[in-house]
Amino acid sequence: MKTSIGWLCEFTDIENIPVRDFAEGMTMSGSKVEGYAVEGAELENIVVGKVLSAEKHPGADSVFICKVDVGQNTPVQIVTGADNVTAGALVPAALDGAVVHGGKKIKTGKLRGELSEGMLCSIGELGLTPADFPGSTDDGIFILEEDLQPGQAIQKAIGLDQVVVEFEITSNRPDCLSVIGLAREASATFDKPFTVETPAVKAGAGDIGGLLSVTVENTELCSRYSAAAVKNVKIAPSPRWMRERLRACGVRPINNIVDITNYVMLEYGHPMHAFDLRHVNGGKIIVRNAEEGESITTLDGTQRSLSTEMLVIADEKSPSAVAGVMGGEYSGIYGDTQIVIFESACFSGPSVRMTAKKLGMRTESSGRFEKGLDPENAMKALMRACELVELLGAGEVCDGFIDVRTPPREPVKIPLDCAWINAFLGSEIPESEIISILRKLEFTVEGGVVTVPSFRGDVSIKADLAEETARIYGYNNIPSAPLQGCAEGVVAPEQNFELKIAGLLQAQGHYEIITYSFINPKSLDKIGLPQDDAHRNCVVILNPLSEETSVMRTTGMPSMLDVLSRNYRGRIPSARLYELAACYIPTEEGKLPFEVKVAVLGAYGGGVDFYTVKAAVDAVLEGLGIEAEYSAVDNMPIYHPGRAAVITAGGENIGTIGEVHPTVCENYEIGGAAYLAELSIPMLMKHSVPDILVKPLPKFPASTRDLALVADEDLPVGEIKKAVTAAAGELLEGLELFDIYRGRQVAEGKKSVAYSLTLRAADRTLTDEECDRLVQKILDKLSEIGVGLRR
Amino acid sequence: MINLKPLELLRGLVNEQLSAAANEKELEELRLRYLGRKGELTAFLKQMGQVPPEERPVIGKLVNKARTEIEEMFAQKARELSSRSLEQRLRAEKIDVTLPGKSVKTGMRHPLSAVLDEVKEIFLGMGFTAVEGPEIEYDYYCFGALNMPKTHPARDTQDTLYITDDIVLRTQTSSVQVRVMEKQKPPIRIISPGRVYRSDQIDATHSPLFHQIEGLVVDKGITMGNLKGILEVFARRLFGEGAKVRFRPHHFPYTEPSAEMDTMCYLCGGKGCRVCKFEGYIELLGCGMVHPKVLSDLGIDPEIYSGFAFGIGLDRIAMRRYGIDDMRLFFENDMRFLSQFR
Repeated sequence: MKTSIGWLCEFTDIENIPVRDFAEGMTMSGSKVEGYAVEGAELENIVVGKVLSAEKHPGADSVFICKVDVGQNTPVQIVTGADNVTAGALVPAALDGAVVHGGKKIKTGKLRGELSEGMLCSIGELGLTPADFPGSTDDGIFILEEDLQPGQAIQKAIGLDQVVVEFEITSNRPDCLSVIGLAREASATFDKPFTVETPAVKAGAGDIGGLLSVTVENTELCSRYSAAAVKNVKIAPSPRWMRERLRACGVRPINNIVDITNYVMLEYGHPMHAFDLRHVNGGKIIVRNAEEGESITTLDGTQRSLSTEMLVIADEKSPSAVAGVMGGEYSGIYGDTQIVIFESACFSGPSVRMTAKKLGMRTESSGRFEKGLDPENAMKALMRACELVELLGAGEVCDGFIDVRTPPREPVKIPLDCAWINAFLGSEIPESEIISILRKLEFTVEGGVVTVPSFRGDVSIKADLAEETARIYGYNNIPSAPLQGCAEGVVAPEQNFELKIAGLLQAQGHYEIITYSFINPKSLDKIGLPQDDAHRNCVVILNPLSEETSVMRTTGMPSMLDVLSRNYRGRIPSARLYELAACYIPTEEGKLPFEVKVAVLGAYGGGVDFYTVKAAVDAVLEGLGIEAEYSAVDNMPIYHPGRAAVITAGGENIGTIGEVHPTVCENYEIGGAAYLAELSIPMLMKHSVPDILVKPLPKFPASTRDLALVADEDLPVGEIKKAVTAAAGELLEGLELFDIYRGRQVAEGKKSVAYSLTLRAADRTLTDEECDRLVQKILDKLSEIGVGLRR
Repeated sequence: MINLKPLELLRGLVNEQLSAAANEKELEELRLRYLGRKGELTAFLKQMGQVPPEERPVIGKLVNKARTEIEEMFAQKARELSSRSLEQRLRAEKIDVTLPGKSVKTGMRHPLSAVLDEVKEIFLGMGFTAVEGPEIEYDYYCFGALNMPKTHPARDTQDTLYITDDIVLRTQTSSVQVRVMEKQKPPIRIISPGRVYRSDQIDATHSPLFHQIEGLVVDKGITMGNLKGILEVFARRLFGEGAKVRFRPHHFPYTEPSAEMDTMCYLCGGKGCRVCKFEGYIELLGCGMVHPKVLSDLGIDPEIYSGFAFGIGLDRIAMRRYGIDDMRLFFENDMRFLSQFR
């Protein structure tokens, strides 16, 4: 909401408050000032000039040499290309050093060989349009109509010097979307008097009853419909003071009748509509729901289908307006309009909001109605419009108003409990001050009861009164106080667990990433997910921003691949990343999905291979005390079939790891190898050893035995480890693989695997014989899987 | 009588030769020559057998003294040489201390997580418990229970992504507060951090996904003064002791009175500049006293209890903390960006 200080001053006295203080004061009492500016502030050194003579340039047809009186001792010479300048005309003259609209600087120079000491300005060069000054034109010099003094600054001369303030008004305060509402707030904020005169209408042009009848069929959606009629309308531009005020509020002047409706809407905050009686078939206005299959062509020329829950203003034949939203194509005012009907109605906020939303057109009017307007204000606005018609001489107002309404709402009454207000705020505001604040805001306080004015639909309980008091008293004048009593601050185990995983992965050189939870469903194709894979069952967003962000992810891998790809394409040589990513698994229809977090690792470049990523996963598993196994898998399309594993703990899958399949890499434009792993955080939590129990330190020495074994190339070393562990039993304290060898001394198709075994008993020193026996037992077991000693 | 003259000469000779010895090898040679089994001093000492017994105490004492002195000379020289060679080694081992250090490369937390951890820590210290809840949420928990029925115009300020008519991607983590109030009786002192969603196109200052920390306190006798007190502490802990804040009226359907807290502009210090749009202050968070209707709808008697709530935009705080002017950087995860948060 934009308005000028001048207009506000009509209702309260704030003229002497510096605008910066005004803006801050209003912001701190709840009407946030977004900005303020002086109109025409960008213009410099442009004055009123009186053209003394305008002669054709001897050598150029459409160029004129003017002598202009700019209030100095001698006239200046200005050359212009416009042909509407004649001797005696008053014009805006930009002098040497002037700045016109858009920041262009004007300097003395030569034009067609003739000295030009400035420039005569068009209306556009002042930042205005012909609508602001009817009679002016877009092309040619702006000829000033009024009787003005040469040399006067142009801003002052044409009223382009208003101070305009822009407010951001919250949705609960439609009353402040008006000059009167803001003036009321300003008067309370700065403790200044506030007066609004009741509009006075003389009327006398015959009874309205003979012209028009109004029926409201749906009183639930239309609590009030009032109308007035104006005869013998003379359509003309509105006076300068009205155009200036409209311009300050960012509204383009059209003609006197339309300007009056806009002026009243801005002043009173109530949308009004003016239409030509000629287009009301049968002189009947019916406020009703749209009928099945009905449509309307709105003022903007679009045909719109209506649905039956929408409210329309209709005549005998068809709808002429969508109630509170927009008029139909014949609902305007024309140059030859004779009789104007002013409508000032009150429509249900939720209904207008729904209709505007469904039709996809939010208008100034719908934006106001949907916040809930005051039915009492409707009649005041209508009377003000009629008063302005008489003031402007725009027509003759008929006697009487049409006023179809539901009974007025009982005013809201709240007992005044100052002790409670102070206890709630933590303040000590005297009762007299609370009452004075409420009265300034036009609440009545009598006998300990507060009566809420009808325009304050947002106030209904004592907490609302506390807010009214606090915002005028000043939030910052309420003393701050610490919380009393102690409380234990707890972090859920899940959050701490995630923090631990993050720390472990960072220690392994992985950087955390954060990505969107929604993905492009096509990315599931990009990672090669089979059509029947459960991960394809995603939670789908009904109104996504784009396909890119249209389904909720079921795995964190596509997001990780996107990030790896972005970095790779950015020519970043290597990346090691992780994300603790939320995934969303659909459950039953109409029920919330299951939200599960996964730890996703991703890496490429810088010498990473399968085993470096595995080391990072192992670091996490070890850090969390999880005993896990890796088993090769060759059927996950996202992974290289020979370089992928499923990770299990206690027989349950806890995740996967692998080199990204070259095809998938290609889909993501990653050249070279990339690696991924995904671990389920709930599964990690399930298999993690929560408490550390210290084992006693060994009392007896350990023995070590090294074994150089020969095995088939295809046999995973995991199998050897399993066999050794099984055969050795409790006495095996440590088992470390320290060499793998393939080559001349090993037969074709075989590999040599060297282990170092640490053997120890808790209760005695192992003898050499015992150790040898154990080794033999291990070798026997290994022979079952075709593994023997290397000779 | 044994002649002690040679012993004197020997001592002089040893002294002379020792001072000439340049290194440990030469020292060892001298030691063998004089103190070794076949050494000159040893040979001399062997003559002690010929000394008549009555002279032995006197002569013996003299000879022993000379021997101790010679041995001490050797020891002294050995210490000298070893300290000299250590000195040499240390000199040879000199390095260029201005060369870059060798790091063990570790990864880092994402800046949003880092700030989240910090904010969480501040509130934990004030006795707040951190609670999480579902991101995909029933309309009721996100709006309905917060005084925002489907027709409420305030919903327009939170453009919502829908899964069904009744299930939404939560637009605020206040939904978690509703879940807590539903289950837990006061006193309540919680924060609810998490991801939230709005139907906003991606640009420098908007993202369809961002992060919030909301707080809720409900107990007997909670006042607006308490709300101010807690949030002032928060601002000081986050931005430093000198941080100045102000509270400005605002509107939220679920709080009454409602406020926004601004911090004094970090660039101009309140004078007004481009960053603060010439206001001197920058909006930081929304807050207010929990609306009595919200409490009573959840079975908490507003005549007995009162409370306050606040909502902090984490992304905005992180942007301010690190001087980030484009929100997209958080979600693009460029290594050159991530590796700056050491």
